[in-house]
Amino acid sequence: MIDNIILILQKYGHVYLEGLGMTVQLTLLSLIVGFILSWPLAVALHTKRRVICLAARGFVYYTTGTPLLVQLFLVYFGLGQFEAIRESFLWIALREPYWCALLAFSFNTAGYSAQIFGGAMQNTNRGEIEAARAYGMSEWQLLSRIVAPSAFRRAIPAYGNEIIFLMHGSSLASVVTLLDLTGAARVAARGTFAFSESYLVAIILYMSLTGILVALFRFTEHRLLAHLRPVTTT
Amino acid sequence: MNILLGYEARFLAGLLISAGVAIVALAIALTLGLLGATAKTSSAKIPRHLAQAYTAIVRGIPEILFILLVYFDLQRLLNVIAEWVGIDRLIISPFWAGAIAIGIFYGAYMTETFRGALLAVARGQYEAAASLGLSRRVAFWKITFPQMLRHALPGIRNNWQVLLKATALISVIGLSDDMMAVAAQGKSKTGEPFLFYVAAAVGYLFLTAISGAVFNRIEKYARRGLT
Repeated sequence: MIDNIILILQKYGHVYLEGLGMTVQLTLLSLIVGFILSWPLAVALHTKRRVICLAARGFVYYTTGTPLLVQLFLVYFGLGQFEAIRESFLWIALREPYWCALLAFSFNTAGYSAQIFGGAMQNTNRGEIEAARAYGMSEWQLLSRIVAPSAFRRAIPAYGNEIIFLMHGSSLASVVTLLDLTGAARVAARGTFAFSESYLVAIILYMSLTGILVALFRFTEHRLLAHLRPVTTT
Repeated sequence: MNILLGYEARFLAGLLISAGVAIVALAIALTLGLLGATAKTSSAKIPRHLAQAYTAIVRGIPEILFILLVYFDLQRLLNVIAEWVGIDRLIISPFWAGAIAIGIFYGAYMTETFRGALLAVARGQYEAAASLGLSRRVAFWKITFPQMLRHALPGIRNNWQVLLKATALISVIGLSDDMMAVAAQGKSKTGEPFLFYVAAAVGYLFLTAISGAVFNRIEKYARRGLT
């Protein structure tokens, strides 16, 4: 077992490193795009304007209610079916599995994050909103200075979980031929026939990534929720 | 009715197979979750550490990697057992391998759900059961379990919805007649990938909707006696 692992690392170490890079890159980029998309979506989810609200709810229903693999295949296989898309400038990006994966992952995390942030915004203390109104803040100021920042703080634990799910979900990239961490493990498994050991290496790397993320969230939570900590006398 | 270009019957059969995998996996996950939560809240060291390792490992890795690993290792384990017992060869089908893999995976999430629910049952209840002279087994099934279930149901429902969607992955290990596999065949034969994957999306939304209705009834039942 140990011999096999050493052999795998010698022969396929660089493949795993490349895969690790791809996993981190896909996660980080879809995280950023998803985060940017999720806030307008979160606001739209709870707006009084019927059409916008229904559209946002439909998007969230689709992204959170169907498997990520289905969403990925719809982008990767499905969109290419339409001539209008194949002939548009979008096709330059959409014929590459990398951009398809990025698009599917970004939309998926945008849907889940919008649900989390929207829920947190709904829970804003009414007194804070009344105070902001009394100060004569515009709707935009109210949202950007009062509601959104405090909602984000409250949403951190749930959002942290979502980021871990996104990182794990990025493993589906291997199904559309991308060489991420799972893809690297499959390449090593096919090359050496040491299946368990090849997957074990990827498992350890994924667990390390998860561990780093969890430590990062604990730290952020500790810093951002400092005002809620009990006073300690030393 | 020819919306799926002749694939309607096979698609519906695939929907039932995907649901079947999910239900078997749910049964496994619930059993493991209950065992895991009991181990995690117990005072015995070894079971507690084992349960902790189980949840830490599973929750740290993607499900597809776990399914690939279990599918391969389960077969190898069966080969060893078959050789040991002296029978010819046991072959595990992708259906059972997939259901077992998903079941073990979500058992870890169920463990966390049940652990939280167990801790939510008031201490006085245990003390009252003990002072009435109930045996530990009776106290668990008659006192702790029904009250714990109320707290656990929202979490179970959440896990079930994620578990259900995870069944889309088993076509990757080679199940050839579940919903995703039928969609893939239809896609290659007819050149209409968009249609077939929209159908799969609708299929999953349909399964989520009916299981949501079932959970509503169970939750109502578990809340009986409470105002």
